[in-house]
Amino acid sequence: MLTFKNVSKVYGKTKKAVNSLNLNINKGEFICIIGPSGCGKTTTMKMINRLIEPSEGHILIEGKDIMDQPKVKLRRDIGYVIQQIGLFPHMTIGENITLVPKLLQWPKEKRKARAEELIELVHLSKDYLDRYPQELSGGQQQRIGVLRALASNPPLILMDEPFGALDPITRDGLQEEFKDLQQRLGKTIVFVTHDMDEAIKLADRIVIMRDGEIVQVDTPDEILRNPANEFVENFIGKDRLIQTKPGVTKVGQIMNKVPATIHKEETLSTAIKQMKEKRVDSLLVIDHEHHLEGYIDVEDIEQNRKKSTTVSEIVETELYKVKENSLIRDTIQKMLKRHTKYVPVVDENNKLKGIVTRATLADLVYDSIWGEEESEEELTTLQ
Amino acid sequence: MDILTKLMNYYSQNAAYVWAEIYRHFLMSAYGVLFAAIIGIPIGILIAKYSRLSPWVMSLVNVIQTIPALAMLAVLMLVMGLGTNTLVLSLFLYSLLPIVKNTYTGITEVDRTLLEAGHAMGMTRMQVLKMVELPLSLSVIMAGLRTALVIAIGIATIGTFIGAGGLGDIIVRGTNISNGTAIILAGAIPTALMAVLADFLMGWLERALSPANHKHLR
Repeated sequence: MLTFKNVSKVYGKTKKAVNSLNLNINKGEFICIIGPSGCGKTTTMKMINRLIEPSEGHILIEGKDIMDQPKVKLRRDIGYVIQQIGLFPHMTIGENITLVPKLLQWPKEKRKARAEELIELVHLSKDYLDRYPQELSGGQQQRIGVLRALASNPPLILMDEPFGALDPITRDGLQEEFKDLQQRLGKTIVFVTHDMDEAIKLADRIVIMRDGEIVQVDTPDEILRNPANEFVENFIGKDRLIQTKPGVTKVGQIMNKVPATIHKEETLSTAIKQMKEKRVDSLLVIDHEHHLEGYIDVEDIEQNRKKSTTVSEIVETELYKVKENSLIRDTIQKMLKRHTKYVPVVDENNKLKGIVTRATLADLVYDSIWGEEESEEELTTLQ
Repeated sequence: MDILTKLMNYYSQNAAYVWAEIYRHFLMSAYGVLFAAIIGIPIGILIAKYSRLSPWVMSLVNVIQTIPALAMLAVLMLVMGLGTNTLVLSLFLYSLLPIVKNTYTGITEVDRTLLEAGHAMGMTRMQVLKMVELPLSLSVIMAGLRTALVIAIGIATIGTFIGAGGLGDIIVRGTNISNGTAIILAGAIPTALMAVLADFLMGWLERALSPANHKHLR
């Protein structure tokens, strides 16, 4: 949907910020442009909505050259989020969110409905719409910044280090929230960052740039596995390279397919017997159709053994779970960050498929240490 | 005590006259500032947009400000003759500096990222001016009007020398007679009060318009 054809940006007479860039971006794709400062990544992004005009070449959106469209109209059809957030302090949150619809002259009722619809996307209550930006925290402000870009439902959104100024915990939460939002709404995103972790986490494809030129364009896994050259290798960092093992990337490939479970209508005494038999301290609770209901652990049983009799009375429903096609490295990071001992794996319908425990992680580490050496030995014998 | 009684006497005997002069004095000052705002605010916006013009315009309004008030009146009188219009014109000229300068400062100090956000969302240049720059610099512009109005109220007192009337008339009458202290005060006190009151009211308006205080207005 977005095509760069030999695009260059020259400042003055000789300084090339972007040098003859070619890139094709598909609809619904999440593209991260990354590189050291001064590599031309922001310039590249700003050329898309003509905040900076290209000196040479063509940029096409849905086959139409952006230079043939009036600036103002072009920009109203492209969402834009910046690092400094840039909410207007003299407008309420509601007015901020619906600014582009207002420029597009939507009627008032439609704008109001849209604002209410949008604020629900980021789990904030409706009375935030009447507040002013300075009453909100940084994280909340940037959520609003993202909503403002989504307001008129543009197919394409440009983001310039949007989470760069936030603290690590807020940033982490917002990244997840935003990735989820992007997948649900199917937007095409061009996202500029200098944070490799962020790029790996969010991007469908990463564009690595250096001195105004593209060094490598590929999926995060492909870049981690086969960095194009030493520059890319150094840029992603050695420690990230080791983490990945060819072929094994999804949770489904490493999970334990027979987790210790219990039916929700069983009694607590059956549960404790099960635990003893299987040598575990907690059980995943499921219903007739194998849907995941929650978990119980031995402490819950100990505390409630006098008051309750069945599992469903004391089941803990708050738990973190992943899908089969989640990436292993994300899952591991989250397990370590949240200090959880295990993560159940479910499908779209919340049906229990398996479990990833700390023991699974040990297997994985073992494989990556010993497994790799074996394959290297094989290689030497082949030579 | 004696002076105070005389003052009260003067006010009670000339109440209608004093009110008329206060009203006239205020109107002359306000018109001077109003015309200066009509011309000065657009000039301020213009030089904020075309920064090459700003040193020229700024030094011009600075030079106007350095001309002594009496000299200015005398020169303008040569051209325009006696009367109220001459005074209003000189008040207009004196008000230009604070208004142009504050408008310029207000507009140039709007956060650049907000302008970028505005442009990137597809606002035209007029929309950026109307929806972002002006609302955000309104309190600074108001501060300029406030200074201008206070200065104008002070300078308007010498309008009496070119027959413009106002509270200056009362003061000068007091200086022309022996033992005129009470009459001088009768003119000076309302002038001072008017300046203080104008400063206070404009200051309140300025704070109310400041974007940082929006939530308190609701």
